[in-house]
Amino acid sequence: MTAPALSVRNISKTFGTIRAVNDVSFDVRTGEILGLIGPNGSGKSTLFNCILGQLPPDGGAVHVAGQQVSGSRACDLSKLGVGRTFQQLSVFPQMSVLDNVILAGQEHHGSMLSRLFGKPDAGLTADAEKMISFFRLEHLRDELAGSLSYGQQKLLDAAMAFMAGPGLVLLDEPAGGVNLTMLAHLKERLQTYNAEHGTTFVVIEHNMEFVMSLCSRIIVLAEGAIIAEGTPDEIRSNQQVIDAYLGG
Amino acid sequence: MTRLNKRPALLLFLLVLAILAPLGHGNYIIYVLTSWLIFSIAAMGLNLTLGYAGQISLAQASFMAIGAYTTAIMTLAGWHWLIAAPVGMVLCFLVGLVLGYPALRVKGHFLAFVTLAFNTLVFLVLRNEDWLTGGSYGLSSMPRPDFYLFKTLKQLPFYYFTLAVTVVAALVLWGIVRSPWGRAFKALRENPVRAESLGVDTRRITLLAFAIGSAYAGLAGALVSPLVQYIDPGSFGLSQSLRILLMVVVGGSGFFFGPFVGAAVVILLPEMLRFTAGYYLIIYSALVIVMLAYVPNGLIGIGTRLRERFWPQHRARGDLAKGAQLK
Amino acid sequence: MSQFLQVMLSGLATGSIYALVAIGFTLIWQSAKTVNFAQGEFVMLPAFFVLVCTKVLALPLWLALIVALAVTVVVLGVLFKKLVVEPILPSGGIPLTIATMALAIFLKESVKEFYGAEAQPFPPLFPSQTLNVFGAVISLQDICNLVVALAIVVVLTLFLNRTRTGRCMQAAAQNPAVAEILGINVRRMVLYAFLINGALAALASFLITPVYLAKFSNGEVLGLIAFIAAIVGGFNQIRGALAGGLLIGVLDNLTATYVTAEYRAALPLVLLIVVILVRPQGLLGTSEGRAV
Repeated sequence: MTAPALSVRNISKTFGTIRAVNDVSFDVRTGEILGLIGPNGSGKSTLFNCILGQLPPDGGAVHVAGQQVSGSRACDLSKLGVGRTFQQLSVFPQMSVLDNVILAGQEHHGSMLSRLFGKPDAGLTADAEKMISFFRLEHLRDELAGSLSYGQQKLLDAAMAFMAGPGLVLLDEPAGGVNLTMLAHLKERLQTYNAEHGTTFVVIEHNMEFVMSLCSRIIVLAEGAIIAEGTPDEIRSNQQVIDAYLGG
Repeated sequence: MTRLNKRPALLLFLLVLAILAPLGHGNYIIYVLTSWLIFSIAAMGLNLTLGYAGQISLAQASFMAIGAYTTAIMTLAGWHWLIAAPVGMVLCFLVGLVLGYPALRVKGHFLAFVTLAFNTLVFLVLRNEDWLTGGSYGLSSMPRPDFYLFKTLKQLPFYYFTLAVTVVAALVLWGIVRSPWGRAFKALRENPVRAESLGVDTRRITLLAFAIGSAYAGLAGALVSPLVQYIDPGSFGLSQSLRILLMVVVGGSGFFFGPFVGAAVVILLPEMLRFTAGYYLIIYSALVIVMLAYVPNGLIGIGTRLRERFWPQHRARGDLAKGAQLK
Repeated sequence: MSQFLQVMLSGLATGSIYALVAIGFTLIWQSAKTVNFAQGEFVMLPAFFVLVCTKVLALPLWLALIVALAVTVVVLGVLFKKLVVEPILPSGGIPLTIATMALAIFLKESVKEFYGAEAQPFPPLFPSQTLNVFGAVISLQDICNLVVALAIVVVLTLFLNRTRTGRCMQAAAQNPAVAEILGINVRRMVLYAFLINGALAALASFLITPVYLAKFSNGEVLGLIAFIAAIVGGFNQIRGALAGGLLIGVLDNLTATYVTAEYRAALPLVLLIVVILVRPQGLLGTSEGRAV
């Protein structure tokens, strides 16, 4: 049996007297799309930040593909094959779309010195173009990322997260602020990518429709703890979840 | 796409202009032009640190001092400039690494403060260690580089020598800026958190930007030494560092050619404002504040903005057209 | 031993004045995220306002001090905020920092051109007698400076912690968004911070100029020491800035007397680098606190 793509064990985080995350443990199987949902203030973002090393957890451990990663810097996590997107727009606005995507891959190729003396594009132009086409942004290749629409920037953000060929991608509210057409497109692309590459996804999302139709398994957080876990259908009919969302 | 074909022509034109500029002028004008080139090199280095990687360094003058004193001491001891100058640059690079490491472990404005302190420290060492630096009297009569067939003793040949060095320095920087390193520098300036999550070791890349920028100051210092043939601690004080910083900002930080424009303004403005006598610095500093309020992108930024207004159809390459939105 | 006492005391006296400057610096940083590189010049300038009042307008010293204080608060408090900080802050921290550097040059050169480049004697506020305590020669001026500077710090601390306005200021600095929701006028609180900074600079100027003489370039050293005191102390705390200021004042005097006079000016810089290396959050700061 291989190690799970992501294993979270007994993560806790307190801010002052508030327990934002309380002893949370779960595993994510390789190749699955896991949704992490919960009402506002349920500790989703804090948990995400603890997993990604942005916040030091008070206790517990995080393993990626069997490797202990708690306390790692974000750039090291990226080298371990963990990609992520951000809740806010997170592209490099004054660089071209192509440069954005090349940057996302270049640190995973060659040594520090080869990146100074080697090719300006680190030999990644073809790969980057493929990734840009995958998200159907090819007509925008040479535009500045900052001039793209909101939805296009979200797609670009995802393209960047995938560029290094990560085994695990954490998506932080990918649907936030994206219009319906773009949303359908994004979901379809994520599912296709998952099917083609077997990449594991963890998705934090507010948009229930989006999560329910994208994910194969869903974990529900409330007040810092897991209150339910199961397939979308099971979650939909779970009384505890309904209570939590209706402010029970 | 016509634009890309125009660019080499424009650069060639500027280069020819730089070659013709000193002809028929007296030694003083040639001297001013030479120091414009030298300060352009120092400002180019700081532009990498500030404009591309988004870090304030206030020690550019003290790195110039390290380059200048190293070159002076070595050439006075009989070494050739071609050996002395690289030694000075490597020294600056290493000192930059050592200085930047602690500062960049902590975020925020720490590099500014540490470099500020460093500038003063270097000044004190230069003034107090007479045995090495000649103390407040400084060092003098450094030889100018001699290339057998091409001697730079006279002002005009020295100008061409400096021009050649400047062109090489600019080409190397151009290479760095468009390499993956350059892309990482820009990413760092625009969104360090995102860059880090994509595997960019932001700490290391910032440190490198700072050290390379410092090495450029070292090169500028190595040229100052034979140009003025007299160096003393006073020429490398904090105010000189501020001057170089303002060159970068006035020219347009993050624009490749910003430093040349900025250095020209800072070197030539005193000549143009000579009629204002002592009020020059007052007017100048007030202009900088006004400029930062209305056009934070500097003079090249104004140029780009005007061009986009009147010729909106052509879009220059992103990395050239857009400077740093300093944040 | 008696020499040691003397050195300590005069170190504390100058250190307490450094602390005033450093406190103003941290107030501005906290409330408006402004790193004021002209802080030293802010201390240099008020002394010249006093000189203009006494020499040109022939006012008595006490009135000159009051007028200079008022002018300083308006020029370096209100005008600084309206003309420099507000227009530039939207384009980011680095342009603003550079603008304050340009402002430092502007103030320095203006004083040099419009008043004079020579160091001017400045009327002492306190008798310059010396006392003989256990064989140590102690200057009355030092003692008065120390007492007055500490009194100012105490008053300021009481204001910030015990009055409604003071607490609102702290809330506004720590979390402007929440403070706004609680009905605090954040813009006004920020303005208060600038006013207090102006007043602190003026008071520090009145205390320190009799010792140093009034010169256009006084700010260079003072500004640097104030930054260092603020960073060494923890950057975002009044007691940190106070401790940092006193520490630098004392260490500076001790080094000059017992170690090396040549590298006296290097001491604060070395202290800065050591603190950043060993304890980047400052001597009294907490690492969590810095993030705010």
